[in-house]
Amino acid sequence: MIEVKNLWKNYGDNVVLEHVNTTVAAGEFITIVGTSGCGKTTFLRMLLGIEKPTRGALLLDGKPFPEEPSEERGIVFQKYSVFPHLTVLKNTLLGIELGESRLLGKLFGKPRKAAEDKAKEILESVGLSHVLHLYPHELSGGMQQRLAIAQALIKNPRILLLDEPFGALDPGIRADMHELILSLWKKTGVTIFMITHDLKEGFYLGTRLWVFDKVRLDPDNVNAYGASITYDIAVGKTDRKIYKDIDHSLDKSRKILGEEGVEK
Amino acid sequence: MKRLMNRQPDSLVRYILGAIPFILILVLYIVSSEARLAENPQDKLLPSLQSMADAVDTMALQPSKRSGEYFLWNDTLSSLKRLGMGVGLAALIGLVFGILNGVIPLVRANLSPFVTAFSLVPPLAVLPILFIVFGLDEFSKVALIAIGITPFIIRDLQAKVLELPSEQLIKAQTLGASTWLVIVRVVLPQILPRLIEAVRLSLGAAWLFLIAAEAIASTDGLGYRIFLVRRYLSMDIILPYVLWITLLAFFTDYTLRYISNKFFPWFHAMSK
Repeated sequence: MIEVKNLWKNYGDNVVLEHVNTTVAAGEFITIVGTSGCGKTTFLRMLLGIEKPTRGALLLDGKPFPEEPSEERGIVFQKYSVFPHLTVLKNTLLGIELGESRLLGKLFGKPRKAAEDKAKEILESVGLSHVLHLYPHELSGGMQQRLAIAQALIKNPRILLLDEPFGALDPGIRADMHELILSLWKKTGVTIFMITHDLKEGFYLGTRLWVFDKVRLDPDNVNAYGASITYDIAVGKTDRKIYKDIDHSLDKSRKILGEEGVEK
Repeated sequence: MKRLMNRQPDSLVRYILGAIPFILILVLYIVSSEARLAENPQDKLLPSLQSMADAVDTMALQPSKRSGEYFLWNDTLSSLKRLGMGVGLAALIGLVFGILNGVIPLVRANLSPFVTAFSLVPPLAVLPILFIVFGLDEFSKVALIAIGITPFIIRDLQAKVLELPSEQLIKAQTLGASTWLVIVRVVLPQILPRLIEAVRLSLGAAWLFLIAAEAIASTDGLGYRIFLVRRYLSMDIILPYVLWITLLAFFTDYTLRYISNKFFPWFHAMSK
């Protein structure tokens, strides 16, 4: 479904990505790890259509990705994904309303009833049916992310992009969210790209793990070379050894780029 | 003993501390007024509370001997009408252009420099032009208020739109929203409480322009009255009028705050 051909991205002298080549089939669940500054988010933003590749091609069904966000690609950010002025139900309804009512973006009467039923069904599946009429500020962080996921899924996107969706959550809640996202993925068959800081999370979730890292790294000028996909492995067939290898391989970048790094 | 910066007044103390300046100024006024009146009963500068009460009675409760109107209420009505129209016009224009400037980069590139330049023109310096072009009627006064505060409202709302997290605008697009739908379903509802805030902040300036315009060319209005009776040094009328304008300003502000709290509870919960 998605092809990436010799993709480069740089901002002036700052090379973010280089030589990215890969293909993704429909229904895959790809987790992406890597130190910060290694282009994970840039890559996601290109998939979303808010960044353009500098060179190379990023193709969806053989055609370049649309250059602005569209309905076929849902997104959940780490925060600010839900609308603070709408209740849980209305946040979820919004996707249907925007699609069906091009003038006011609001539905009334029977169509609204039908839309509400659909929204309630999705909210049920993410475990939010008891808080339909609360505003986001009245929800916990985990519940807000559940809402953001429900909101994205109601459009039945082909691709779901998750930008560190659970990064700000407590470990216990994170485990619940993993269950949730796996069951939704199995149910809908949507193609998922998920960025995470947590290497374990990358191993546990999904069918495929990508590691973005710089193959060449000049300690005096870290931006001279871009990152590429250094590991592309089917998760499930992996073992402790590969986990250690990746962890070790990232250490070099971590030391030089000196940031919070990939959690072990 | 805690540091001074860590000592919190309880509610009674807070109340008393807050009341002290008001009481002090009142006492100070009464004492100095009595001292002056004892020396010269004809003194007009600091009239006694009694003579102010009499003046209020004449202005508010007795019909004018000549025209039969109740001055205070007539003046209030005229002034509030002008203020309401001026501020309403400014809010409407401010809302439309604030949102357009904030959401659409092409419009922003087109209008933002102009609005910035326009906001630097001192509105009172434009007043003579308004009088020359539009005459001395209502429209000039309303226009002065609108010209005075619209640029501020546009710029404030534009900034507030730009402060909305880009995540929200992207999310809305992935849900299928057009530019128009992003405006009506995402931006507008979130900007309305901020419009109320901007209007509250600009009301002081609006009153200033209103009173200035009324002082120069008008036949009624609170500002007109104050400047009219100034000729006779009628402090007994001016002081209650000033107090009345202050009260009106307070109640307008209070009402706007109340509306905002009532209709945008999520906004006030977020900004806490």
